Amino acid sequence: MLFYIFAILAILSGAYMVLTRNLLYAGFSLLITLLSIAGIYVLLFADFIAVTQLMVYVGGVLVLLLFGIMLSSRVHDKSVLSESVNKIWGTLVAGLILVGLSYAILKANISTLPWLQTTHLDVLGQQKSTVQLIGIKLMTDVVVPFELASLLLLMALMGAAYIATDKQNA
Amino acid sequence: MELIPLEHILLLSAALFSIGILAVITKRHAVVVLMGIELIFNAANLNLVAFSRYDPSLLQGQLFSLFVIVVAAAEAAVALAIVLRVYQYFKTANLNEVITAENK
Repeated sequence: MLFYIFAILAILSGAYMVLTRNLLYAGFSLLITLLSIAGIYVLLFADFIAVTQLMVYVGGVLVLLLFGIMLSSRVHDKSVLSESVNKIWGTLVAGLILVGLSYAILKANISTLPWLQTTHLDVLGQQKSTVQLIGIKLMTDVVVPFELASLLLLMALMGAAYIATDKQNA
Repeated sequence: MELIPLEHILLLSAALFSIGILAVITKRHAVVVLMGIELIFNAANLNLVAFSRYDPSLLQGQLFSLFVIVVAAAEAAVALAIVLRVYQYFKTANLNEVITAENK
């Protein structure tokens, strides 16, 4: 099934991101992880979120991260490497979190929750896309958070541009 | 079409979260730590979207994950600007070297 292909792809490339020492390889394996997560969003009937994931993460954040790698490393070295520390403790902590979360998820028996049973699973009903519904919601129910998000983005981008300028040479 | 079991999505999300934690703990380059944080954001978003499937008339999970993506984008921009300044000042982006560096 398509979901399991995407899931295995996401986990494998995520693991490669941690295991590799080359920063650029880590960036590109993060690209594969983000693309597979976008595919999983499509399978979960969230088409608008999938497109947003592609545009914001793959098109924006990842390019920003790659620029960050290139600008914050000595590129004239043969390859851009990152050392790793705390290997034993890090693996222990992450493994414990994974085991604990998996145990909790399997124990919780989520599929039998009453409010999940009562919902009708004809997920989208008549309409084939969530875009119209999300658009209406953004302009009615959550219009205040929506405007605050635009304000936050403006402040963050102005602040980033101000921080990144070289003040001695300006 | 058969629905994907909810537990499988939650397990995938738990795995991605642990990988992100592992990257944040073990990696010493600031940009890779940021990548781990992005992975943690994505794991959280996956859960929100998965539960939003059972809420087709309100889509609260999808709306919330939309705002998570917006805040994550703003965070990435500011964090990378700070990383660039730190690199210009200390000539390194290695977090251990930054912590132990003398104040020049």
